[in-house]
Amino acid sequence: MKQTISFNLNGETVEVEIEPHLTLLQLLRDRLEMTGTKEGCGMGECGACTVLIDGKAVNSCIFPALEVEGKSVTTIEGLTDVQGNLHSIQKAFIEYGAIQCGFCTPGMVLSAKALLDENPKPTEEEIRNAIAGNLCRCTGYLQIIKAIKESSNY
Amino acid sequence: MKKFDYFKPKTLEEALTLLNQYGDKAKLIAGGTDVIVMIKQKKMAPEVLISLREIPGLDRMEYNGFLKIGPMVTHRAIEKSETIRKHFSALSDAVDVLGSVQIRNVGTIGGNICTAAPSADTASPLLALGAQVRLKSLKGERTLPLEQFFTGPGETVLEKGEILTEIFIPKPLPHTSSAYWKHQRRQALDLPILGVAVLLSLDRSTVTCSDLLCTASPISTILHSLEGDEVVCKEVRIALSVAAPTPMRATKAENLLRGKRMSDELLEEVAETAAKEAQPRDTIRGEAWYRRDMIRVLVRRMVMRGIERVLRPEETIFPVRLW
Repeated sequence: MKQTISFNLNGETVEVEIEPHLTLLQLLRDRLEMTGTKEGCGMGECGACTVLIDGKAVNSCIFPALEVEGKSVTTIEGLTDVQGNLHSIQKAFIEYGAIQCGFCTPGMVLSAKALLDENPKPTEEEIRNAIAGNLCRCTGYLQIIKAIKESSNY
Repeated sequence: MKKFDYFKPKTLEEALTLLNQYGDKAKLIAGGTDVIVMIKQKKMAPEVLISLREIPGLDRMEYNGFLKIGPMVTHRAIEKSETIRKHFSALSDAVDVLGSVQIRNVGTIGGNICTAAPSADTASPLLALGAQVRLKSLKGERTLPLEQFFTGPGETVLEKGEILTEIFIPKPLPHTSSAYWKHQRRQALDLPILGVAVLLSLDRSTVTCSDLLCTASPISTILHSLEGDEVVCKEVRIALSVAAPTPMRATKAENLLRGKRMSDELLEEVAETAAKEAQPRDTIRGEAWYRRDMIRVLVRRMVMRGIERVLRPEETIFPVRLW
């Protein structure tokens, strides 16, 4: 039985009628055509589908879409400001070569944002811990860690 | 993913009624980090999911010497609780290494217990802490020790129509600390080859030690000097994960240590006994002989970490020390 939910997506209220078995990832990509969020493993292991729910990093591929009712969801599309300028974390990722194929990047950036919003000056260990659930098969992580560390300077 | 219907009851009574109404067709969902994955993997195919997320109060914690944890408390909330880190350290040790931040933000302690994986990270710390679980149904409620909750891999005593509503950890004795070690191949996002949790109560929290090393060196090197000091173990609980079909207590090992004076030799014997009473099996993550060997090593280390945390409580905050 379809249900209607209303939630805040990147600052705008969205009301949508969905089937109850949809994951948040399916809702974002297939229904709302926000394809910035990626599907990697689909099992909550790789972190490519990471979005923020009320500021907390969550794997959207295993999160029931119905549970975002009344909540605030941030995807990679919501990181730029109104003029379309990139977020400081995104600028740092470019500057430090923290992107290669780019598939893990949206999730990686959002995990970094969740960390920095809570802890603006994290130690390297805290950064490593925060992105432990985001797999990157290209960079070897060092550039990503560096970019997150330096992003507060942008 | 297979289709299912989804209910979000607002009260426990409503949830219990739904659970009764749909019976075998229904499955409870807490954070869903296990349930959704199992549905995707076709390991279960419920027609109805009943979410506990909107029931008020189930995500609450209450500390008053004892600790009450609601089943919907996330691993992340436990990780951030300084009260738990200080007084129920083994549980903090467990959630620190459970899944990723994304999983810990969503996954709950009640879900971890009710999925009843032999590898559940919170199970052996809760056993060591002496946890009890409260189960409610439309017929009434019952409380039982966590030992009696697990009946097999993925199986519990939960009857049809019953919901876990509270985890209760009794007030620890004075001079008590606890520790958990997850033995894993990677530092993150792995399942344990073995989990070892120990709770230890000593007869005091200070030792008169003339040796300067007493304040600086690891407990293992000063265990000999402790012998002259007659430090007595008042209470001990040793719990093991992935060492039997269910998380288990090593009661024979506990009985050897309880009431005795701490010594290096006794610890050897205790660890050896725990290794003997475990029933590990060969799996893809490790063979039985290896698990047994590691129980011997890690039980000893966790008892020592327990001693260390009682004697140097300030180090509980930064629990990383290797021997």
